[in-house]
Amino acid sequence: MADLVSDDLCMTFTNPQTGAAVEALKDINFTLKKGELLSVLGPSGCGKTTLLNMIAGFINPTSGNVALGGNVIEGPGVERGMVFQQGALFEWLPVSKNVDFGLRMKKTDKAESEALVEKWLDIVGLQGFGDTPTYQLSGGMQQRVALARCLVNDPDVILMDEPLGALDALTREKMQSLVLELWKETGKTIMIITHSVEEALLLGERLFVMAPRPGRIHKEYNLPFAERGLKESLRDIKQDAHFSEVREEILTMIWNMEEEIMGRA
Amino acid sequence: MLNWLSDHRASIAAVIILLLVIGFVYSIYVGRKQTKLRSKDEVFGDPERTRGGWYWSLCGISALMLVWFYFSWGIGRAYFPDAANEMCQIAKLEEAVSPIKAALPIGSRYYKSTTLVARNANQLAVIEAQLPTAAFTSDEQAQLTKIIGSTRRLLAVSSDPANQSQASRDQLTSLSSDIEALSAKLRQGPGDRTPSAEALAQPRWGTTHIEIPLLPETAKGILFDEVAVSAKEVAKTFNKIRNNPPANEAIIAETRAEIDAIKAANKSGSFDEDTAATRNAYVKSVERIFKRLDDGHIFPAASLDGVNAAIADLDDAKGEAKGGLGIVDALFFPGDGVVKSRTQCTEQSSGRWLPKPTDVVATFFRLANPDIESGGGFKGTTLLWWKWLPIGDVFAFFTPDWIADILPGEYARHSADGTVTPNFKDGVLAFAQGDINLGSVPMLDGHIWDSLFRVLVALGLGILLGVPLGIYMGVSRFFKSFFDPLIELYRPVPPLAWAPLILTIFGIQDDGKIFLLFMVAFAIMVISARTGASGTQLTKIRASHSLGASDGQILRNVILPNALPEILTGIRIAVGVCWGTLVAAEMLAGTTGVGFIENVARTVSDYELIWVTILIMGLLGLAFDLMMRWVIGKLIPWRGKG
Ligand SMILES: Nc1ncnc2c1ncn2[C@@H]1O[C@H](COP(=O)(O)OP(=O)(O)OP(=O)(O)O)[C@@H](O)[C@H]1O
Ligand SMILES: [Mg+2]
Repeated sequence: MADLVSDDLCMTFTNPQTGAAVEALKDINFTLKKGELLSVLGPSGCGKTTLLNMIAGFINPTSGNVALGGNVIEGPGVERGMVFQQGALFEWLPVSKNVDFGLRMKKTDKAESEALVEKWLDIVGLQGFGDTPTYQLSGGMQQRVALARCLVNDPDVILMDEPLGALDALTREKMQSLVLELWKETGKTIMIITHSVEEALLLGERLFVMAPRPGRIHKEYNLPFAERGLKESLRDIKQDAHFSEVREEILTMIWNMEEEIMGRA
Repeated sequence: MLNWLSDHRASIAAVIILLLVIGFVYSIYVGRKQTKLRSKDEVFGDPERTRGGWYWSLCGISALMLVWFYFSWGIGRAYFPDAANEMCQIAKLEEAVSPIKAALPIGSRYYKSTTLVARNANQLAVIEAQLPTAAFTSDEQAQLTKIIGSTRRLLAVSSDPANQSQASRDQLTSLSSDIEALSAKLRQGPGDRTPSAEALAQPRWGTTHIEIPLLPETAKGILFDEVAVSAKEVAKTFNKIRNNPPANEAIIAETRAEIDAIKAANKSGSFDEDTAATRNAYVKSVERIFKRLDDGHIFPAASLDGVNAAIADLDDAKGEAKGGLGIVDALFFPGDGVVKSRTQCTEQSSGRWLPKPTDVVATFFRLANPDIESGGGFKGTTLLWWKWLPIGDVFAFFTPDWIADILPGEYARHSADGTVTPNFKDGVLAFAQGDINLGSVPMLDGHIWDSLFRVLVALGLGILLGVPLGIYMGVSRFFKSFFDPLIELYRPVPPLAWAPLILTIFGIQDDGKIFLLFMVAFAIMVISARTGASGTQLTKIRASHSLGASDGQILRNVILPNALPEILTGIRIAVGVCWGTLVAAEMLAGTTGVGFIENVARTVSDYELIWVTILIMGLLGLAFDLMMRWVIGKLIPWRGKG
C-alpha cells in the first residue's frame, strides 16, 4: 500500500529582495496508487518541476504535505528515484560506476552489485558499455544510463522531469517504448513531466493538465493509450481517432492558458 | 672531454650557427610549402590551423638562437676569433690619444681653450656685478674692479696669436710631427711582426674571467699596440705644453700684488663678523678665477689647428690600418665594440650583458659538476646531486625537543664515580635531537633541490590544508563567511611584502621561506577548491541525494571530483606563483637555492651566471607546467565535457 498522496500541497516562493510572492502551487490534492503511470502537462511556469521537487524531497512545501505509503516526505530518499532532463550523470565515472553509485553508497556486496549493474545495463540496452566514460555517450544513451542508475536502487516511485526533452524524435520514440516496458516489467509508480502532449498521452495512464498562477491541477484524464502502447506500435496509436481528439482538446486548453498569460503579462 | 669542449667553444659555436642557419632556411622552405598545400582545406579561423607546424617551431627556435648568437657576439667570436684581440689593441690606441682628443674639437666639439675663455669671461661678468659695495671702501672697490679688468686682459692676451710664447709654438709643432710620424707608421702596415710567446700562451677569448686577451696576437695587433705605446708618450708631452705669453708676465705680477694687498687689509682691519666674511669670500672668488688664468692653459685657437688636423689624420690612418676589421666590427660586433679600461679590454653593449650561448652552457656544466673540490658547484654546494641523509635527522625534524621534557622523571646526572648512565628520558632527547644513528638514506642535494624542496613542501602543505578548507567553504555558509574575510585580507598583499616580516619571525632558514610560499599556495588552493566545489551542478547533488548518499559521501564522491579540475588548475597556478616568489625570497636571504646564486651573481655582475640561473628557473618552471598539463590530461579527461 505504497500510495503517493498529496494533501492540500501549497508552495509559495518569496523573493528575498522584493518580497514579491509567487504562488507556484496551490492546494494540490491527488492520490497516485502503486503501479500507476502519471504524466503531467502544463504551460511553462505552472509549477510542474516544483511539484516533482517536493515529492523528491528537495524542497519543503509552505503548507500541506505529500506522503508515500503513509510517511510524510521530509527530504530526499532512496525510495523515490529521480531522472533529470539532462542526465546529471557523474562525468568522472564510467557507465558502470554511475549505475552502481547508489549501491556503493549503501555498501552493497560487490558481486551482487556487479550482477545488478549487468542486469540493468542489459535492460536499458547498454550491454558492454560498462567501462565507457559517460561523456563519450550520445544524449539518448546518457538518459538510459540515468534510468538504469535510478532503477538499480529499486525505488518505489520514479520521478522524471522532462527526461526525453533533449532527444531527437526517433530516439525519443524508442525511449518512450522503453519507459512503457519498464513500467510493465517493474510495476513501479512512475510520474513523468513532459512538454509534449503526444508523449503525455502515450505515457500517461493518468494525465494531469496543470494551470499557472496559482499552479493547480486544471483537469485530469484517465487514458487507455499507455496500456495499448504495451502491445501496439506507438505510431499506430498516434493515428487513432480518439488519440487525436484528446490531443486537440488538450492543445486547445494549454493554448488558451498561454494566451491568458500573455494577455496578462 | 668537457675541457676540450670548453677550449673549442668558438669552433663548436661556428658549427652550431651553421646548422641554425640551415635549419632556419629549411624550415621557412617547408613552412611555405605546407601553407600552400593546406590553404585549400582550411579557412581562416579554423582551429585546425594551430595544430602541428613543427617547422614554424624550428623556424622560431633557430631565429631566436641566431639572434642570441648575434647580439652576444657569438657569431663574431665563432668566425673571427682574433678580431677581439685586434680591437683591443685599437682600443689601447684610442685610450692613449683620448687626453689629446679631449682638448680638441675632434674629441669634444670645442677647443678646451674656447670653453675656458667662455666660462671665465662669464664668471668675471657675474662677479663684477656682485661687488658688495657696503663691505669695501670706494678705494678698495676701484682696486677690485681693476683686478677683475686685469684678469680679463689675461684672457685677451692669451687668445691673441701675436702674443703666443715661442716655446709653446715650437712644442706644438714638434707634437704635430710626432703624431704625423705615428700616422705614417700605421700607414706602412703591419709587415711581418710576430707575436711574443707570452702573447700566444694567453687563454683564448672568453674562456677565463678576463674576457679578451690583452697582449697582441697578430701582426696588425702588434702594430697598433706599438703605436699606442708611443701615443701615450705624445699625450703626456701634450699635457705639459703651456702658453705663457711674455705680455702676460707684467700683468700677472701686478695683479698678484694687488690681491695680496687687499688680503692683507682684510686681515689687519677690524670689521664686524658679517663684513669680514663678505670681504674674505669676495676676494677669494676673484682670486680663484685669476689663478685659473695665470698658468698658461689658454692657447690661441689657430695655434692648435695643426694638432687637431694631425689627430684627424691619425684617425684616418687608423681606419686604413684597420682594413677589413672595420667591416667585421660594424657587422658582427653590434654595439660599442671593445673598450680598453685601465687593466682589461671588455666587450661593450649587448656583448657585455648577453653572454654567448656556448659560454652559458659551459658555465652551466661548471656549476653542474658535482665534484666541489675540482671547482664544481657554487659556494660549496652542488647544483643538483645526492648525499647520504641520516634517518635520525629526519625524525628529529618532526620531533620537537619538548617531547622529552614533558616525559616524567629527570634527566640523568653524573654519579659519584664520575660516570653518566643515560636513562629513557635521555634516549628520547637524543632521538629528538637526531643524535641516534638509524642509518642513512640517499637524498637529493644541491641548490636546485633546495629550491624545489621549499616549493614542494609549501605546495604540499598548501594542498593538504587548503583543499579541505576550500571545499568546506564551497558548501558551508559558516565556513565561507567565517574564513573569506581572513583569506581575502592577506591574499591581495604581494607575497614579497610579507617577506621581511616572515623572515624575521621564522628566520632566514627554510622555515621562513616555506611558510611564505605556504601562504601563497594556501590562498590559491582555497580559492580554487572553493570555486570548484561551489560550482557543482545542483542536479548532480540532488541526484546523489536521491540515490541515498550521505552528506559525507556526497562531499567525497561528487563535490571533490567535481572540483578536481579547478583544484589541479589551482595547483598549476600555485606552482608558478610559488616558484616566482621563492626566487625573490631567496634573493632576500639564505645561503642556498637558485635565487641565492642569482643574487650573488648580481652583486659581482657575472652575467653568464645570471643567465644560467634565469635559464634554470625557466626550464624548471616549464618542466613543472608540462608535468601538470600531463597530469591534468591524465586525471581529468572529462574536463569541460560534463
Ligand atoms: N527557487 C525559486 N524561487 C522563486 N521562484 C521560483 C523558484 N522555482 C520556481 N519558481 C517559480 O515558480 C513557478 C513554477 O516554476 P516551475 O519551475 O515549477 O515551472 P515548470 O512548470 O517546471 O516550468 P517549465 O515547464 O518551464 O519547466 C514559476 O513561476 C517560477 O518562477
Ligand atoms: Mg520545469
